Amino acid sequence: MRWLRRNLVVIAGLGTLAYLILPNVVVTVFSFNNPTGRFNYAWQEFSLDAWKDPCGVADLCGSLALSLQIALWATIGATVLGTAIAFALVRYRFRARGAVNSLIFLPMAMPEIVMAASLLALFLNMGIQLGFWTILIAHVMFCLSFVVAAVKARVLSMDPRLEEAARDLYAGPVQTFLRVTLPIAAPGIAAGALLSFALSFDDFIITNFNSGNTVTFPMFVWGSAQRGTPVQINVIGTAMFVIAVLVVLAGQWAGNRRKKAQPK
Amino acid sequence: MTDTTASGDVRLAGISKHYGSFTAVHPLDLTIPQGSFFALLGASGCGKTTTLRMIAGLEEPSTGTVSLGEREVTHLPPYKRPVNTVFQSYALFPHMDIFENIAFGLRRRGIKSVKKQVDEMIDLVQLGEHARKKPHKKPHQLSGGQQQRVAVARALINHPQVLLLDEPLGALDLKLRRQMQLELKRIQTEVGITFVHVTHDQEEAMTMADTVAVMNGGRVEQLGAPAELYENPRTTFVANFLGTSNLIEASVESTGSDVAVSASGAILRLPAARCSTTPRTGGKLLVGVRPEKISLVPAEDEHTIAAGRNKITGKIADSSFIGVSTQYVIDSPVCPELEVYVQNIERDARLVPGADVVLHWNPEHTFGLDAAQDIDAGIETVEESA
Repeated sequence: MRWLRRNLVVIAGLGTLAYLILPNVVVTVFSFNNPTGRFNYAWQEFSLDAWKDPCGVADLCGSLALSLQIALWATIGATVLGTAIAFALVRYRFRARGAVNSLIFLPMAMPEIVMAASLLALFLNMGIQLGFWTILIAHVMFCLSFVVAAVKARVLSMDPRLEEAARDLYAGPVQTFLRVTLPIAAPGIAAGALLSFALSFDDFIITNFNSGNTVTFPMFVWGSAQRGTPVQINVIGTAMFVIAVLVVLAGQWAGNRRKKAQPK
Repeated sequence: MTDTTASGDVRLAGISKHYGSFTAVHPLDLTIPQGSFFALLGASGCGKTTTLRMIAGLEEPSTGTVSLGEREVTHLPPYKRPVNTVFQSYALFPHMDIFENIAFGLRRRGIKSVKKQVDEMIDLVQLGEHARKKPHKKPHQLSGGQQQRVAVARALINHPQVLLLDEPLGALDLKLRRQMQLELKRIQTEVGITFVHVTHDQEEAMTMADTVAVMNGGRVEQLGAPAELYENPRTTFVANFLGTSNLIEASVESTGSDVAVSASGAILRLPAARCSTTPRTGGKLLVGVRPEKISLVPAEDEHTIAAGRNKITGKIADSSFIGVSTQYVIDSPVCPELEVYVQNIERDARLVPGADVVLHWNPEHTFGLDAAQDIDAGIETVEESA
């Protein structure tokens, strides 16, 4: 009983961790399954077939490539625009600053399905062909507010004297921005960019409304789930998870190394 | 600019700064001689930091000009001025290590081999062996005193014509502050660069500077060597802000090379040369004397006081023993709360609260101020910063 009381926090922590990880474990385990029917829902036997041929299902890798492409461009667009907006909101006093400050968070607050439907109406009324570009425009739009939120917090906490010190030490406006402002704001910008990539990559609702004939990876998964789920979906999912974990570990490793850096 | 050594004075001519309808600095003329340690002293909001920022180029003056030697720099951006600043709370670049922080200015001017100069600077500011071996620590891994030294090194490595220091010691504790005061003074003597130091701490200003400009409400109240300001304050603000002064309201009885005044029956004398205003017979005058200039004797020993000294009677209201001296507060008909500091050489057991005493001092140590000013100016701010 005393043992339980002393270790309650650890037990609760492990329980929560298991709750978070369990879905990933199931996805990983079933990527090694060899299902008998069209559905990959019951364990049959161990097999590496799907891992040997991840693109073995028609259109799967094409949709994956498209999703990665859209996520990349949406991230770049949203990060550049969002960083500029964040700096403008913190640094400058202009008319309608208050309005912009609250409107920028509208996409975060609005139900996604409503935004998806209204975007579709907008694109149709303007006579724009649905496809890659409409998806990209929509993704940049909803990623923007997350980038602004992340960068703004960072810029707000930045001591304005640092930039004054740079200017005082012979750095012109461009040098000051590149050498001092940008590196200090970088963690906020990186957080915004990572969030954008993740949001864009797995977005389904808005994409589904505004894609026309184009099929992204989430849409492919949704579509195939109606007719049967190929094991390759689990393979892609597991691979994404492993890559994400590796990226995080690499980031931490690099951070530790920089802290322990030896004299030149 | 052909010769920087011949005349590298900082000259401010009629500079002022307005923010909307608020005037931070009233038109100001100031010449800071090359190689001097100059202090701008005043309470917060007196315009001292604004003045400093106008020299740095971080603030554009509303009127007037700033010149460094022969060159006018009023409209030059900060990165084109041969001036560097040690910022309040240092403003070290958090993403760079000590080495890169110190080398920043050199690198921006395109100098490639910086190692030797950075090492020299680390020695000059005595960052210590520790920093020499590990110049790759980040600023947040340093103590306050070390950060201070890095900030000074980062500015001085550029060999500026003028080094500006904006309350550089404000964030340090008392002991470290004393130590850094002496350090900065040593460094200034060693490099011979003009230092302009902004502070609200009158002791700091007097310890370090050759010349002190006391600022109040956007104006320079008085300018001079520390001893000169202390002995001969020309306004009540300076008298109260620099140390403590006993100010007595009196009416002028006679004038001449000596001025005689009366206050509640007591006749006091002072040299006319020590009046900041021309006294007129029958007019008012504020008579001032520093607490440590006054001697104290019990009333029954009044006959021992030499002739010709200024005398006031009173009663001890309070006394506090602080080691080297004892501070008395005297209740006198002349002035309600006179302060007297007596060195603890031979302590007189009769000088206890409630005792009747006579205060006396050399008339030469008395100064006279214009009575048409606030007698308490500068007092609040002293208490605030103490």
